[in-house]
Amino acid sequence: MAALTPAPIAGEPPASAGRGRRGRPRAWRVAVLTLAALYFLVPMAASFWFTVDDPQGFSVDAYGQIFSAPGFGSSLLLSLGLAVATIVLVLLLTLPAMLAVRLGAPRLGPVLEVVCTLPLVVPPITFVAGIGTVLRFGPEYLARTPFYQTIIAMQNPSFPVVLVLAYVVLTLPFVHRSLDAGLRAMDAPTLVEAARNCGASWPHVVFRVIVPNLRSALASASFLTLALVLGEFTVARLLSFQPFPVWIVYISGSQAQVSVAVSLFSLLLTWLVLLAVSVAGRKRS
Amino acid sequence: MTAPTTGTAGEAVAEAATGARVEFRGLYRRFGGTLALDGLDLSVEPGELLALLGPSGCGKTTALRCVAGFERPDEGAVLVDGRDITGVPANRRDAGMVFQSYSLFPNLNARDNVAFGLRVRKVPAARRHARARELLELVGLPAVGERYPHQLSGGQQQRVALARALALEPRVLLLDEPLSALDAKVRVALREEIRRLQLSLGITTIFVTHDQEEALSIADRVAVLRAGRLEQVAAPATLYDRPATPFVAEFVGTMNHIPGTASGDRVTVLGQTLPVDGPAVQGGVDVLVRPEAVIPAPDSEGTATVVASSFRGSTARLRVRLADGSELLADVPGHDSVRLAPGVQVTVTLVDRPVLVSTADASNAI
Repeated sequence: MAALTPAPIAGEPPASAGRGRRGRPRAWRVAVLTLAALYFLVPMAASFWFTVDDPQGFSVDAYGQIFSAPGFGSSLLLSLGLAVATIVLVLLLTLPAMLAVRLGAPRLGPVLEVVCTLPLVVPPITFVAGIGTVLRFGPEYLARTPFYQTIIAMQNPSFPVVLVLAYVVLTLPFVHRSLDAGLRAMDAPTLVEAARNCGASWPHVVFRVIVPNLRSALASASFLTLALVLGEFTVARLLSFQPFPVWIVYISGSQAQVSVAVSLFSLLLTWLVLLAVSVAGRKRS
Repeated sequence: MTAPTTGTAGEAVAEAATGARVEFRGLYRRFGGTLALDGLDLSVEPGELLALLGPSGCGKTTALRCVAGFERPDEGAVLVDGRDITGVPANRRDAGMVFQSYSLFPNLNARDNVAFGLRVRKVPAARRHARARELLELVGLPAVGERYPHQLSGGQQQRVALARALALEPRVLLLDEPLSALDAKVRVALREEIRRLQLSLGITTIFVTHDQEEALSIADRVAVLRAGRLEQVAAPATLYDRPATPFVAEFVGTMNHIPGTASGDRVTVLGQTLPVDGPAVQGGVDVLVRPEAVIPAPDSEGTATVVASSFRGSTARLRVRLADGSELLADVPGHDSVRLAPGVQVTVTLVDRPVLVSTADASNAI
């Protein structure tokens, strides 16, 4: 009979596993992290250098001019408003739909996933061409109906609702992924049954059990939506609206340094939001 | 395990709860092509602990979920104290449920989990917190009120879930394999705890399990289900000693099948003649004998041989090969395992008491 292999002592790491390898992963980690950091930091450093480079030497004037640049405030506020509206609408659409599918018809889960992922495979340029066609011919067909005013109001440049609708479609894949991960992690069906068993009505189940336990997923979905709306250019530009990203490109023609400074500023803003979301998520867990 | 305080908290809860009679009347439930419940008729007496026992897919959890309101039967009715509750929504049923996967709300601490149902009913904060403390004390966890589920062990989480199920003073307690995710030691301790609580509260309890030992050890009666049908419902001892069908005999405990020849109310097996437990039969039969009724004795001239021994502490289970090559299982006292080691020749006798027989042509009757 073969001799028995001595069992390792509980709590003691296997002797062969650590020593030889311990140094290597750290070296690899440092190398990979350095490469990744360079990949992101070099373009940013170049951008920063461009904003402070001055024939007389070093100048931060471009940053000083950000807030006084014409159109900065209105375009940023428009983008933030569009982002908030998109977040509200996309969550109101996806959360109940995903909950209903998960609890009542799990077999439809893959169908919902495919539908929500479709915007990833449709190029934004194709998407906006379709929207443009509808907006161009829509008023003609709707001229004698009550919907005429609606389609006109949707294109109001001070708050183009049509952009919100377009952004909802564009953000669907990201929001679906975030919420799906959150729902999987919390075992929603069992928690819902437990709450129902405790006498909770459906609204109580959603607002006292599902939403609080999905806080991280909801925050992450909201952040992704915010980031997408703050950076989306193609749809807004081709539909002739001027939210923040379009304004940045517009101003780059006359004030190149300011436009790059604003880009860096918006990047910083996005990072701060990401940081806030991850800190909030960590506190919850 | 910490013994829970059985003082005022336990008494206060016990005063509040009384058990209800639960009846399953001709329940049918189909999932696609699978018939999960096939005309289940069963009643649970007030204050009784009934275990629903059966293999996976036999319909025991579906039956429990019909009482909780999470499944609606295709046909039939669930009655509580004579009232048909089949159409009553889950949140309006007087039944507390404990799930297999703990199912505590991760965003609430143990106290708020227990008080969740009270909060739903808008009980003032001070009263619901006091009640939660009382219940946590009752389940032996007076000090974990502020801890979140991820800070509790599996056993602790399941006790908190039990306290939560009892918070609304339900008249029926439903336990859906509540111990199956726990390790062996905690499982035994918690099942005794559940039984103690159930007896002190007098609450009608339906306990779903696939573990026969668990069912036999804590239930007043055990209902064995197979393919959505009730095979037998009886007290644990009756179920073990007098199984109504071959399936029950096989599923509950271990059975040896030994060929024998029956003649009326007697059967000859392994050279012994024993009385038949049941109606008279004739001809070749399978004699069903529990391992503890098989007695191997060391004998250098014996025709049987011990081929394997598995020591289990107070007992040892032996595998004995007979002269014709067939094998039997025998349970002997643990200290006998040395003199009955593998390789020892033995003679085998059976305990002289009535035995169950199974005729080859009547697979459903014994």
